[in-house]
Amino acid sequence: MDKQVLLTIKGLQIEGRSGDAWHKIVKGVDLTLHKGEVLGLIGESGAGKSTLGLAAMGFARDGCRISGGTIDFDGINLRTAPEADRRALRGKRIAYVAQSAAASFNPAHKLIDQYCEGPVIHGVMSREKAEADAVELYRRMRLPNPEEIGFRYPHQVSGGQLQRAMTAMAMACRPDLIIFDEPTTALDVTTQIEVLAAIRDIVRQFGTAAIYITHDLAVVAQMADRIKVLLRGDEVEEADTRTMLAAPREDYTRSLWAVRSFARAEQAPASGTPVVSVRNVTAGYGAVDILKDISFDIHARRTVAVVGESGSGKSTAARVITGLLPPRRGEILMGGKPLPASFKARSRDELRQCQMIYQMADTALNPKLRLRELIGRPAEMYLGLKGRALEDRIRELLALIELEPDKYIDRLPSELSGGQKQRIGIARALAAEPALIICDEVTSALDQIVQEGILKLLDRLQSELNLAYMFITHDLATVKSIADEVVVMQQGVVVERGPKSDLFANPREDYTNLLLSSVPEMDPDWLTRLLAARGGNA
Amino acid sequence: MTDIWRMIARRLLLGLLTLFVISLVIFGATELLPGDLARELLGQSATEETLAALREQLGLNDPAPVRYWNWLTGVLQGDFGVSMATQKPISELVGARLGNTLFLALYAAALSVPLSLLLGVLAALWRNSIFDRASNAMALTSISFPEFFVAYILVLFLAQTGIFPSMVRITAATTFGDRIYMAFLPALTLTLVVTAHMMRMTRAAIINLLASPYIEMARLKGMSPLRVVLRHAVPNALAPIINVVALNLAYLITGVVVVEVVFVYPGLGQLMVDAVTNRDIAVVQAIALIFAAAYVLLNLIADVLSTITNPRLMHRR
Repeated sequence: MDKQVLLTIKGLQIEGRSGDAWHKIVKGVDLTLHKGEVLGLIGESGAGKSTLGLAAMGFARDGCRISGGTIDFDGINLRTAPEADRRALRGKRIAYVAQSAAASFNPAHKLIDQYCEGPVIHGVMSREKAEADAVELYRRMRLPNPEEIGFRYPHQVSGGQLQRAMTAMAMACRPDLIIFDEPTTALDVTTQIEVLAAIRDIVRQFGTAAIYITHDLAVVAQMADRIKVLLRGDEVEEADTRTMLAAPREDYTRSLWAVRSFARAEQAPASGTPVVSVRNVTAGYGAVDILKDISFDIHARRTVAVVGESGSGKSTAARVITGLLPPRRGEILMGGKPLPASFKARSRDELRQCQMIYQMADTALNPKLRLRELIGRPAEMYLGLKGRALEDRIRELLALIELEPDKYIDRLPSELSGGQKQRIGIARALAAEPALIICDEVTSALDQIVQEGILKLLDRLQSELNLAYMFITHDLATVKSIADEVVVMQQGVVVERGPKSDLFANPREDYTNLLLSSVPEMDPDWLTRLLAARGGNA
Repeated sequence: MTDIWRMIARRLLLGLLTLFVISLVIFGATELLPGDLARELLGQSATEETLAALREQLGLNDPAPVRYWNWLTGVLQGDFGVSMATQKPISELVGARLGNTLFLALYAAALSVPLSLLLGVLAALWRNSIFDRASNAMALTSISFPEFFVAYILVLFLAQTGIFPSMVRITAATTFGDRIYMAFLPALTLTLVVTAHMMRMTRAAIINLLASPYIEMARLKGMSPLRVVLRHAVPNALAPIINVVALNLAYLITGVVVVEVVFVYPGLGQLMVDAVTNRDIAVVQAIALIFAAAYVLLNLIADVLSTITNPRLMHRR
């Protein structure tokens, strides 16, 4: 490449403090970025992607320090430059787009005020000019009502729109470099496409260089010219996107590529009495109906995946089944018998039959309880186990989720990894010996390799214990690997349901088709082709 | 905007209900006090006939609910009854004292609120610095000593040397400038007592927010540390700060008994102490009710301000 070099990082080392000791987060990484080039940084969590991205702005989070190497941005040494000089670069020549726009916009100020802050304080343009410019960028980011949307507060704007508004804000001073830190990870697949397309267009229009951080290979394939793979603070390999996708050199890269190979054989449609039947349920909060006349069945040894965008009513359906939200109309049958609408009216045995596993294992486990108590409580409460029998059962459950009982039984949740915590969530559900387990986005907070382990475990437990699963997810790759039946929801209505193979092969409804076609593929031309096929605003 | 008016109306009604309950408690508590008021007034040597006549005159023979009703209807018309000890109408007695108490409270608030907000913001900005530690240590020291001790220390250093008076003689004729001068020591004592609480809360509320993603975003936009704190953290920390300020203002009105006694300041606290000593029950009841009203009103104001400063409550989706 004969383009001018914009950013050079050499031998960069970053340390983080845990207690009194410093440990290395980034261990001597080199990076070169040319003007107008997009570099993809990928790796699992803990790989040091975000830390490296922030270091490109000469910034280290509290509790972290840059301990070695050089960072040269357009002739300025960001390690030795005074803080005031670095501050003058940030927002003006190097901008940042964060993962969660909802959390990264200040809730106390209107979008336009936050947009104008950068250009005005950095002396790039006047407030009037900046406001006019904001409208123009909002329009280019394809935000609805570009003249008006800036005068709203962040909580009045949807997540996908906020992410685009944040990209517009990053563009405000027309920077030379933007760091995108997982900008679409928190979005639905259908929204993700719009944001990806808008980001890609605006970066190309202004010739801005970018570092695009993500753990999603298919996404990085659409966005980046070159890809660098990181593992625990070390570079694994780097190549241009097409070469990397076609012929990864390292084993680790290949393992990332191959992750989604797990797919279990689809079970034949079941007959007989379903474990749980949702019958014509209408439910909601206040005056609003979130669910409108939905029905579906879940049979023993079958997994029903409930898919849809956020706000489509997936989790509300789970709340109705568990009795947390009594429906306005309709009923829930368990083993053919109607269940009381509210959990308060259900017997202990009826409660035992239906257990939940949550998305955030971190917040779903009491941090003050040891695993012995976390798993033991439901066994004690529902099944009356005590003493020796209880101890044996806890050990049996730990073995079942593939954690060594002697080593783990007295640990606290904080002494476990993310994947292990989710396994404890599973063991806690199993302790009640339920017929149905509702899994609410249980893998979406985990790395792909860890996800795979959890899915395999759930699959094994299902065939050993005759469980029925209701699998709530927005991740269609997970659906492909584990579901028998799929229920597609949109705005509180079941749009389509049927066996997985049918649904994926010939979706009948437009919405199902939209959802399926929005899942990014590893082909770098996928986004371009898709946008062209959808009416070409690429 | 109609939402906020509706909320204020609802909270006012709730406040009145709270006051009603408090009036029951106050009346009930004074009922439980031992002793016979008539005998207290006439002394041990009084005859049974004169005692009976006085009881009749004071309405002490009526059943408690009737006496409560008479008291409450009087209060609602601004008539708190007559002081037993001085035979003056209580509203007259309390009126002037309430003015003095409010003056001292506002004086102390005018010193302490800006001071503690400034110290809190600076301590958050320079957290873990020498300044942070020193201001924290000083604030904690001043809050750790009993009020009367702080007051006597100030008297020792500032009154014994003749700079400020140690006794506050305020009458209706005293000019504003003289009041400010004479009430300086009590106001300073109160400032030292309440500043620590407000300052530490301001500091904690701001520091609590500094780990938020939007604060990191502001720093990554190249904003200066001062601007990050003032523009991005403080607006989101207002609700807890407003509440702790309101709580301390209420304390300045109701909790100044000791300080008023030390400086012989003619406020409500002094009056209450005197009334308790004299078994002047009607005066005690009136002052207790005024103190309760101050708490309810200040908390109402704090709630309304917290709501107004929160865009999520002011601008619905």
